[in-house]
Amino acid sequence: MDKNRINEFLIEKGLFITAIFSIMVIFVIILFILMEGLPAFEEYGFFNFLFGLAWSPNHGEYGVFAMIIGSLCVTLLSLLMAVPLSLLCAIFMAEVAPNNIRKILKPVVETLSGIPSVVYGFFGLIVLVPFLRESFGGTGFSMFAASLILTVMVLPTIISISQDSLRAVPHEYREASFGLGATNWQTIKNIVFPAALPGIVTAIILGMGRAIGETLAVIMVVGNVVQIPSSIFDPVRTLTANIAIEMGYATGLHYNALFGTAIVLFLIIMILLLVANYIRYKYKVDIGGGYL
Amino acid sequence: MGFRVLSPRISQKIMNIVFIISGLITILILVFVLGYILIKGLPVVNLDFIFSNPIDSGREGGIFPMIVSSLFVTLIAGIIATPLGVGAAVYLAEYAGENWLVKVIRFGAETLASIPSIVFGLFGLAFFVVFLGLGWSILSGSLVLAIMAIPTIFQVSEVTISSIPSSFREGSFGLGATKWQTVYRVVLPAAIPGIVTGVILGMTRAISEAAAVMFAVGAALSLPLSIFDPGRPLPLHLYILATEGISLDNAYGTAAVLVILVLFVTIITNLAVDRYQNKIMGR
Repeated sequence: MDKNRINEFLIEKGLFITAIFSIMVIFVIILFILMEGLPAFEEYGFFNFLFGLAWSPNHGEYGVFAMIIGSLCVTLLSLLMAVPLSLLCAIFMAEVAPNNIRKILKPVVETLSGIPSVVYGFFGLIVLVPFLRESFGGTGFSMFAASLILTVMVLPTIISISQDSLRAVPHEYREASFGLGATNWQTIKNIVFPAALPGIVTAIILGMGRAIGETLAVIMVVGNVVQIPSSIFDPVRTLTANIAIEMGYATGLHYNALFGTAIVLFLIIMILLLVANYIRYKYKVDIGGGYL
Repeated sequence: MGFRVLSPRISQKIMNIVFIISGLITILILVFVLGYILIKGLPVVNLDFIFSNPIDSGREGGIFPMIVSSLFVTLIAGIIATPLGVGAAVYLAEYAGENWLVKVIRFGAETLASIPSIVFGLFGLAFFVVFLGLGWSILSGSLVLAIMAIPTIFQVSEVTISSIPSSFREGSFGLGATKWQTVYRVVLPAAIPGIVTGVILGMTRAISEAAAVMFAVGAALSLPLSIFDPGRPLPLHLYILATEGISLDNAYGTAAVLVILVLFVTIITNLAVDRYQNKIMGR
């Protein structure tokens, strides 16, 4: 009996350690990224780093502003395309489509989310970039190419989370609306969509986080030129691309500056995550196991 | 606002068409991407391609070491991440109750899931490769992938375990079982389908990942024989072949193998989980 109690005690403590493991890992991650990244801020100056326009490690210049703009532009442009398409698709799947069509669309969305990001990047490199080159001139490597690829990549994220929140709207709402003689579309537009809006906004923010964090698929099509873009057909470089491209050969302050880039990226993601959580707790959104 | 001038019936009809088009676009995107990769890639894929070593950094030859590297890092990552993710889920669902610590743990898992893979890549380099001195190795890569897979396994398992009816537990307690006996003999077996789904989701994420392992696993073309050897998983190989313009044909082949591997694992697991679920429910 006593042995049993000791066993139970040990098991509970063991499980507790696995439970707090994630938090410990996050602390270690933050610690190591800061340890390697802060020297760049100290030496180059935090504001020079954040708002500097020139990134030229050979000349000791480490300004990431153009890459912050690059990341944001690529992401916003992709959301501009992904949000309407994925919301329409989510509403279609949750509210409109008959069961047999739903049974086709569900695995389609799951498969889209299962395709590795490098494969999307590869597809962009061999199909999309040549197509854009022939249609619009230039090299084809551009902000536009990257945002098209990201559109496809965030589509499943936004569709599945907003579908969940549409489904969570109680049936009585719809029945009351139908009872008043509203059509299905009027019910969706005036009742279901507004009720599901907090969850849908969360879905969009999570999709945005995924787009900002995507690395290799973007590198393969975005052109990677450090500049503030003047048109959507200009090549840009994102924060993630900057790290992945240069880490292989970086030393000294350059190495620290790439970790500094990661700190900036981390901060952007944390802001998005906090906003998403604020909306979720304020409006009590339950999106199941959703995350960026 | 524009819809106000239309009658409700006409706007309903228009929207129906818009919805159908949005569904079709989604299907077409998948058909186009998947079709293109498979049509271009499958002619390259044969037994020789799968089971031979690359020649001249991948210009010629096959991708056997890359397939082994991919399965190797994914397997080790799964072995490390599964007990941690499931353990955390059991603790939260069965032991903890609702308190501030549980909220912090959930937020932690969410944060971990949201960190971009390239940041994990840097962390893997700074911590596992350099600080712990594990070097560029399968082990370093697996550890990074394990950390990335934990939140997925945790979240899916927690939802499943919480959804097990409390009558299951009461029956077990009534027979005099301890808490752990109940969890181990009653709750976990009933939750297996969901847990397996979570583990597989985490593993497909791991097997698809390139950015997180590119600075941890090395990029060796040779066959990894132990966890301390460097390797080159398929996604990383595809990335290198494509961006360095080494061989377009072999890149197509690698992409096709990678996609088939991921889809195959997903479909098989879904089928197996459905079957187990039907069996448990007595259907």
